[in-house]
Amino acid sequence: MTKDACKKIVLDIIADIAPDEDISNLKPDVRLRDQMQLDSMDFLDIVMELRKQHGIEVPEADYIHLASLDSCADYLTPKFEALGK
Amino acid sequence: MSFQQTRIVITGVGLTAPNGNSLPEFRQNLLDGVAGVEPFDVRYMGRLIAGVCHFDTLRYQTKKGLRVGTRAGSISIYCAHEALKDSGLSFDSVPKDRVGIYIGCTEHGNVETENEIYAISKFNYDTKYWSHYHNPRTVANNPAGEISLALGITGPAYTIGAACAAGNMGLIHAAQMLRLHEVDVAFCGGVSESIHTFGIFAGFKSQGALATHEDPKKASRPFDKGRNGIVVSEGGCIYTLERLDDALARGAKIYGEIGGYCVNSDASDYVLPNPGRQAECVRKALTNAKLTAADIHIVNTHATATPMGDIQECEAIRAVFGAGCPDTSINNTKSYIGHCMGAAGALELAGNLPSFGDLIVHPTINVDDLDPLCAIDGLVLNKPKKVAKVEAILNNSFGMLGINSTLIVKRFTA
Repeated sequence: MTKDACKKIVLDIIADIAPDEDISNLKPDVRLRDQMQLDSMDFLDIVMELRKQHGIEVPEADYIHLASLDSCADYLTPKFEALGK
Repeated sequence: MSFQQTRIVITGVGLTAPNGNSLPEFRQNLLDGVAGVEPFDVRYMGRLIAGVCHFDTLRYQTKKGLRVGTRAGSISIYCAHEALKDSGLSFDSVPKDRVGIYIGCTEHGNVETENEIYAISKFNYDTKYWSHYHNPRTVANNPAGEISLALGITGPAYTIGAACAAGNMGLIHAAQMLRLHEVDVAFCGGVSESIHTFGIFAGFKSQGALATHEDPKKASRPFDKGRNGIVVSEGGCIYTLERLDDALARGAKIYGEIGGYCVNSDASDYVLPNPGRQAECVRKALTNAKLTAADIHIVNTHATATPMGDIQECEAIRAVFGAGCPDTSINNTKSYIGHCMGAAGALELAGNLPSFGDLIVHPTINVDDLDPLCAIDGLVLNKPKKVAKVEAILNNSFGMLGINSTLIVKRFTA
């Protein structure tokens, strides 16, 4: 899996979590919370959807890695690859 | 001025019913005989019938708000906004800590719990897939709390659990809080999201009390000899209530005045009504309102179209209004919209309030063959009735575990 493909997966999840937001111009290197309205429950949604849709577990200590699209891709791509995706 | 002398008036109405999403639309359909029951798919049970609301969920909520909140919360928010708009209150200048929210519910949380159990069934019941929204969605105060979040109200906001007597209870409690000067404005009434839980359908079916009919719009038929049970419905109706002096000071439109009320309990059975206690509830409400039975011009019945329950309520009404009440008309709203549970009392009152203005009593529809045991004097059947005067409306709502509520609303006269 490429990092761009990983970002697309995260963006698809965010689109469902924040359906009122325009996510077409999110900057990948900027914290998601600085670009759109996301609260702690929304981040738990991202964690839950990664678990439900892709079988990926994100331990609480690693939530910090979900801050931006770039950090999501850096953190999640190896996890997808470990699952053979 | 004593507690009881403080006059409380209705200044705004917001509602969604299976046959209307505003009071004018709802009322017109009640006069035109338009029912709102339709086919409805229920998890595990297949296609049944239900009263479904079709309000614009995005009028006052974002898509995210809808995703995070509950159906009951969404109904509440819609109705509260509509009531606020209807009231004409300049809400920006109202201190938000002086506003109360009192919402009657039959039950709350079953929908979300059933949904979550169904969701984790797809993951071999592993609870790590259980939603983190489950607790805020299922707390009993959710439908009231969602209004406080939506309108920025910081006063008391809670629900009143009173089975199907709850809609009346919202108004009664609000009147009490206004009289105690705990708040200056109250949003009150009842809501129900019940159709989104299979449990209520399955429960009524197991009781032998779930209505069936080849034509959904004919399925809810209180007082008809062929009635065979309840049509489960969702809905909501929220009022703004104020003390009369405050309402007059701002030149508010006044729908009616809280005349009196009573809440009592049967203390006799989990589900079977008790006509004696129901009659007592009505009589105590009349005493509270300083009225006699003959002073009531419309009685809105609770009757849900169960074979036994309708007979027992008619027995109670006959005991109070049986003689000497030639000007009392009796109707039923569930024949149009089914049983909106916690919203029932509030919605059914709303449907009759315009009678103060147009002097028309909406009928009970779907009565093709009146059950002789339900043939009480004053029943208005199948077509509207023009009457000479409407000075007081008495609204009955009763619920399981034997809770009874009677609310009387009077025409407002200065």
